[in-house]
Amino acid sequence: MEDNRVIKTKDVNFYYGKFRALTDISMDFEKNRVTALIGPSGCGKSTLLRLLNRMNDLIDGTRVEGEVLFEGKNIYDPEVDPVEIRRRIGMVFQKPNPFPKSIFSNITYGPRLAGLSDRVELEALAEQSLKQAVLWDEVKDILGQSAMMLSGGQQQRLCIARALAMKPDVLLMDEPTSALDPISTAKIEELIQDLKRQYTIIIVTHNMQQAARISDKTGFFYIGKLIEYSATEKIFTRPDVKQTEDYITGRFG
Amino acid sequence: MALQSSMRWRYLKEGFFFGLVRLSAFVITAALGGLLFYIFFNGLGAISWGFLTLPPTDSMTKGGIMPAILGTVYLTLGAIAIALPLGITSAIYLTEYARQGPLVRVIRIGVNCLAGVPSIVFGLFGLGLFVVFLQFGSCILSGALTLGILILPTIIGASEEALKGVPQTFREASLALGVSKWQTIYRIVLPSAMPGILTGSILGIGRAAGETAPIMFTAAAFFTAKLPSSIFDEVMALPFHIYVLATAGTHIEATRPIQFGTVLVLVGLVLVVDLVAIIIRSTIRKRKRW
Repeated sequence: MEDNRVIKTKDVNFYYGKFRALTDISMDFEKNRVTALIGPSGCGKSTLLRLLNRMNDLIDGTRVEGEVLFEGKNIYDPEVDPVEIRRRIGMVFQKPNPFPKSIFSNITYGPRLAGLSDRVELEALAEQSLKQAVLWDEVKDILGQSAMMLSGGQQQRLCIARALAMKPDVLLMDEPTSALDPISTAKIEELIQDLKRQYTIIIVTHNMQQAARISDKTGFFYIGKLIEYSATEKIFTRPDVKQTEDYITGRFG
Repeated sequence: MALQSSMRWRYLKEGFFFGLVRLSAFVITAALGGLLFYIFFNGLGAISWGFLTLPPTDSMTKGGIMPAILGTVYLTLGAIAIALPLGITSAIYLTEYARQGPLVRVIRIGVNCLAGVPSIVFGLFGLGLFVVFLQFGSCILSGALTLGILILPTIIGASEEALKGVPQTFREASLALGVSKWQTIYRIVLPSAMPGILTGSILGIGRAAGETAPIMFTAAAFFTAKLPSSIFDEVMALPFHIYVLATAGTHIEATRPIQFGTVLVLVGLVLVVDLVAIIIRSTIRKRKRW
């Protein structure tokens, strides 16, 4: 049978020094689905997201226990190259973080360093990625200008295009709209709906309406534990756990 | 009533301390201005095309200072060539690669201590290591190495500050695209930090150009009309030339104008270098937006 679960975590514990940020997380992420991770600040949802492409490696004094399986292989095996993992599992951050380079260079930076040098191919890739991120029409005449000139919402879509240019399988999004205005937010939510046909998307969000609107499955985290994980509709209409209900109805103390 | 008088007393105190602050700012500016004016006023008479392009003649009482200008330029360029790559790579190691812990702390303390060592100590160290032990002799190479070590802490400090100033989000963005750590540093972090590294380093260079003690035993010649043909030749240098004319020459009084002229050239050289640093910094600051 074909396994639809692209990423699986098995009994994952994560420590910042002595502080245990995640406890026994076992979770499956399905292909071509949008999975939302919700929960109060400091609950570990961003930490989990950053575990999935080994971004937590950058922080000194952290430790992972358990397994994170990507296509059946543990990405924390010693022989696995995190660079390779990050090529296949892209990430979009909370604050738009374009490089201080031209729009074109922002998109082609990753592919170029991965070995693509043909100008025509790079241009085609840039156009394709920008179209996927619904930014092409706004920037097609100013590709040579600095990405820093764009608005926040445009910058964030540029960052999405930049991640897509690497042709990843999975796209991780860490509160991608929290720094944006409502119109930009709506655009990005719409974009996420389109992207899930091709990509597996895992998104951390503080905005519960957003999780309800765009995700297929939702996981609720509290103090480093996965409290409840099931279809979004179920989580938001008849959750099994009282804590989940309290949180989504805003009765959380 | 009591309240009012206490308020007046406060205003009085405030006025007094503000005055003090203003005065010290004024004193510093006046001292610097006075110094520059004094040098300019006394030195300008000696400056001529010949002074800048001819070697000294008549036991250094006449002629120009061209060999000394050239020597200082060579020594300074040599010091940069040695200290810049070494300093930048050390700073990259300390900020980007090394696990922050006791070892890095010890290295940092070491670098800071090095910055506080008197320059004559560097001179003796250079004499011991490069001139005598490695048998380079007194030459451009020994002098440039000694000056390079002297300005290394400045360059490491400036580079570290500049690297730390690059937003962490740039590194994350690059790494998240599956770009390796070295490529991230080379393509994103270093270009963003370069203006800071360069300005800090250029200020170090100004210092290298003006130092006398480190080159006294390692590179500087009392007098040589011959221009250096290799890095193993001794050279004249501006600061040492001033020192020699003012203390050890046969005609100390008679050469006063030449002494001031040489000082003016040295100060001008250092000011030009600093000016370049300021221009680089301000143009890049305008371009950078984060």
